[in-house]
Amino acid sequence: MTKTIGIPRAMYFYEFYPVWEAYFKSLGFEILLSPKTNKDILNAGILACVDEACLPVKIFHGHVVFLKDKVDYIFIPRIIGLHKREYNCPKHLGLSDMIKSSIDGLPEIIDPIINLRNKNGVKIAVKDMKNELKLNYSQKELYKNAIREQEKYKKNLLKTDISLKKDEKSSNLLILGHPYNVYDEFINMNILEKLKDEDLNLFFAEDIPEKDYREYSSQFIKRIFWTQGRKLIGSSYYLIDNELIDGIMYLSAFGCGLDSMLVYLVEKKCIEKNIPMIVLTLDEQTGEAGFVTRIDAFLDMMEWRKKDENNLSTFR
Amino acid sequence: MKITFPHLGNVYIACKGFLEELGHEVVTPPICSRKTLEIGSKYSPEMMCMPFKIFIGNYIESIEKGADTILITGSCGPCRFGLYPIIQADILKRLGYDVDIIVFDAIGEGIDKLKTNVNKILNSKSSQEIYRSSKLALSLIRKTDDLSQLSNEVRAYALNKIDVDKIMNNYYLNIEQTHGAEELLKLIKNTEIDLREVPIDKNINPLKIGIIGEIYTIIEPFANLEIEKKLGDLNVLVEKSLTPTIWLEHHVLSYPFGSKHENMKHKLAEQYLKNPVGGHGRETVGSAIYYKSRGFDGVIQILPLNCMPEIVAKSILKTVEKDEDFPIMTLVVDEMTGEAGYLTRLEAFIDLINKRREKCIG
Repeated sequence: MTKTIGIPRAMYFYEFYPVWEAYFKSLGFEILLSPKTNKDILNAGILACVDEACLPVKIFHGHVVFLKDKVDYIFIPRIIGLHKREYNCPKHLGLSDMIKSSIDGLPEIIDPIINLRNKNGVKIAVKDMKNELKLNYSQKELYKNAIREQEKYKKNLLKTDISLKKDEKSSNLLILGHPYNVYDEFINMNILEKLKDEDLNLFFAEDIPEKDYREYSSQFIKRIFWTQGRKLIGSSYYLIDNELIDGIMYLSAFGCGLDSMLVYLVEKKCIEKNIPMIVLTLDEQTGEAGFVTRIDAFLDMMEWRKKDENNLSTFR
Repeated sequence: MKITFPHLGNVYIACKGFLEELGHEVVTPPICSRKTLEIGSKYSPEMMCMPFKIFIGNYIESIEKGADTILITGSCGPCRFGLYPIIQADILKRLGYDVDIIVFDAIGEGIDKLKTNVNKILNSKSSQEIYRSSKLALSLIRKTDDLSQLSNEVRAYALNKIDVDKIMNNYYLNIEQTHGAEELLKLIKNTEIDLREVPIDKNINPLKIGIIGEIYTIIEPFANLEIEKKLGDLNVLVEKSLTPTIWLEHHVLSYPFGSKHENMKHKLAEQYLKNPVGGHGRETVGSAIYYKSRGFDGVIQILPLNCMPEIVAKSILKTVEKDEDFPIMTLVVDEMTGEAGYLTRLEAFIDLINKRREKCIG
């Protein structure tokens, strides 16, 4: 009988789903993906999670609640670091332990330690999986195949050259934020759909090659030790310094520890280079109408800046 | 070079002694107050955690007193404390303060940087001189910690709590007038003698409560609204899970293995939290179990609003509370915390534990 493994559609799903899917399929598991975030999932998450946590963590709890009675295993990797000498957000580090304490009646949680700070990180993770899933054969090859899937996915993301993306007539807007805020349609109230109708070229942090964002994020007196932080800082600095964008929209979850620092650093650069920036804080109380009004006002302002830049009255 | 540093409980006493022995001029920031926090909140990013804001307030208050060099320890993740210097340096620059920030990072961050920083501080003294000053500083940190623990113990048993207050207030006032480590050690000794003479009621069997949570809010009395004193006045014997001594023993003196005491806490926490989550999240979980095993009546977790590692710890403490049948209360502090509500929660918690104890005995 094939066993089912549940994967919550939240947090690192947005970055690593291809590799997870390929890997578990090759192991002969059936995969159950939780549905797109909706009101019920949010409510279940808020009930289960501690009050102080940020919205994405609460939503993650909700997805696990949805999956728990439908599957044999739930996959919640402990992603400690994705790069040498770098970490993830502390809440990611303890996510599977938070889930275990907050939700009752869970199926078996598969939580291998993925620590690429370590040279043998992948090897350890694969071994961990073998123990947790009680497999009696080596799955190194399968893992390598899965990684290839991920590389393909990454390449696809980077396929379009950003200079080609630029349409002279319309403004260029960079959408910044953690992937689980930018690509979860429920958290951000489908902001990408709203922006699609506008006359805009949208840029994302994923458009910038790793080499470039790493270079641009290493100009501080201290090394930034969050992989996600380097990506957001580096990509925005790269685009601003190369004069590729006209504005930045930062989607930040209320209570996000990383964003409390990252927003400041991006804002600093924007003030220096005179680029408009808007920070949209998302939480479970955010109302859509106010959200839309703010976006409209920001876009109007960006447009007027472009149109009327040289037509300011000298009488001020 | 006039050196200053942010406040962390009583560490300023040892820090002042150490730097003065090395021949530096030291500007101690004024004791943290409402004003410090107000200055800090005004210039810091809104979503930043409270220690950051108090640090900024400390810096600005000491710069106004004449300091031109700031001394802080660094860390390299994953808690945001490690990135404080980037933003703090920028905030001070924007405000027009011309100061030098010296960050002591772990050896892993580059040995050359550490060497230059250490040399700046050591002031080209002879190795003998340095050894002597470090030894003095170390004993100062230990002695100040022991003294505050002693005051906690005496307060729980004291007939008149005001006696302890008087002695301790006097002690803090006198610190400002002393110069160098020797004088400080003498002052500490005298205070200790005074404390031992406070009349106590030996028949009291006080409740024992452990304070766990984020290191800054545990150690800095302003950040936790003097929780030790408040609990002591309610006849409670308080012990803190983290003190500067414990930190120093774990991170510096037994580098890179860590002290026995803290490693034991990691082991205790293992069944709930397998890997470190930055800050002192794992130690918080371990300490709760540790205090239960030592027969304490309860623990109180304190965290600044938005503290990432402690949020993880808090959600795990729920399970610890259930599994171990052990009362745990969480207090979140920030610049909006009101003293009255805080005291009410403490009193309610103590009442509950008192009832629990009566039930167990009766």
